[in-house]
Amino acid sequence: MRNIGIIAGRELAAYFATPVASVFIVIFLVLQGTLTFNLGNFFDRGQADLSPFFSFVPWVFLLLIPAITMRLWAEERRQGTIELLLTLPITQTEAVLGKFLAAWAFCAIALALTFPFVITINLLGHPDNGVVASGYVGSLLVAGAFLSIGSALSAATKNQVIAFVLAVAVCFVFAVASYPVVTEFLSRNTPVLADIARRIAVLERFQDFTRGVVSLRDLIFFATFIGFWLFLNTVLVEQRKAD
Amino acid sequence: MREFRYSRGPTGSVGERNVSANQPALIEIEGLTKRFGSFTAVDDVSFRVAKGEVLGFLGPNGAGKSTTMRMLAGFMIPTAGTARICGHDVQTDPVAARRMLGFLPEGAPTYPEMTVTAFLRFCAKIRGFRSTELDRRVDRALGLTRLEGVRLQPVETLSKGFKRRVGLAQALLHDPPVLVLDEPTDGLDPNQKHEVRTLIQQMRPEKAIVISTHILEEVDAVCSRAIVIAAGRVVADATPADLCCLHPSGKLEDVFRQLTMDASREPPQKDAA
Repeated sequence: MRNIGIIAGRELAAYFATPVASVFIVIFLVLQGTLTFNLGNFFDRGQADLSPFFSFVPWVFLLLIPAITMRLWAEERRQGTIELLLTLPITQTEAVLGKFLAAWAFCAIALALTFPFVITINLLGHPDNGVVASGYVGSLLVAGAFLSIGSALSAATKNQVIAFVLAVAVCFVFAVASYPVVTEFLSRNTPVLADIARRIAVLERFQDFTRGVVSLRDLIFFATFIGFWLFLNTVLVEQRKAD
Repeated sequence: MREFRYSRGPTGSVGERNVSANQPALIEIEGLTKRFGSFTAVDDVSFRVAKGEVLGFLGPNGAGKSTTMRMLAGFMIPTAGTARICGHDVQTDPVAARRMLGFLPEGAPTYPEMTVTAFLRFCAKIRGFRSTELDRRVDRALGLTRLEGVRLQPVETLSKGFKRRVGLAQALLHDPPVLVLDEPTDGLDPNQKHEVRTLIQQMRPEKAIVISTHILEEVDAVCSRAIVIAAGRVVADATPADLCCLHPSGKLEDVFRQLTMDASREPPQKDAA
């Protein structure tokens, strides 16, 4: 447990020691701001809530989170530091969890820096801050889900570009699995798959959070989802570390 | 597999094998084999290293030195066989084995954006050191490898020799009973080489040390025993002095060439010089 903290601390410090942190945070804030104000009609709606903000969060994450995760393991391999890290007296699981938690904490920092939105709506009206809070929890869980996918795929390849493209593609599939286009197509051909697709869709679960509903079912879904991908991550690291 | 264990010959070199004859074997390698597809990188390598021994691991490039060391450090999973460090199997009890091990991987990888001190503090924390003990360990490792002058510099700004010493400092932090160093003097200037060799000599009585190298003078300078590996097989295992007797010229260089050329000639190859 302590080792996980030490690894996560080192990773998080590395984000801020390189331009990764500032570039990511600036682009994230600029994108979120532009999308919310322009495409989302933040002011014209005349409502004191963050629903336009939250409706764009998963899509911005879809683009930016694979950019964080692509280097997680691929970079260690390129630098050869994976040999150093995995010959320290730690287990593979500790290394995987430490790296994942650092990336997750980093996303939490980026999300926390969107606080001016919360201040704005509180100055302009009387929002339901409970809904805002649950929206943030949901955003963080979507970030966690995408991070776990990206991290596992980064462990599968040495090439960062491949890791990025694969992560975007897989995250996209899980994001839109509940969209009518997908489910209608599936229910016409294989009804069983349509039902599964609806259950594993990340965005559908996220929508509950943005409406202010934090249900145990959704929390268990995200925990299972992240757990599965991190397990896969550990297996991939074990199998491919020395390639 | 042919092994040479002669007891004759001049004994003017650094160590004699009988010095450590009664010491327990801290490194035990048994039938270690690694295949990549149809290519056998390491073929049934077995040896033991006792406390007080400095084993020089010699061989041409691609002979399987680094692969063997990676398997010994538990980084690479062997196709067959296993290794034990201080009695802990690197496969079934990897964390306990790694606690006993100081490992310098090939090329001495370090996190480029970290400062030397930050990097060593990270490794020391993982090794379980706290507060004043942590400071003491880091300072000692910096001192042993003469890194005090660059302690606050990011590793990526350092020269090759300094980077190598940062890797070495990391391996020495916890004063491990077993040291496995993959080319510890590669990229160092003659003075630095001398310092590292002196350091290895000083640590020798308390530890079992394996160093890989293709600098043959290093074997004479620091090793109490040498294993020559070629095409994944152990072709010689003797003291440096005894190795020299295998060739009429008495030069390690000629012995090395003779042994490794023989081995690489076994599979059909076009040039057999």
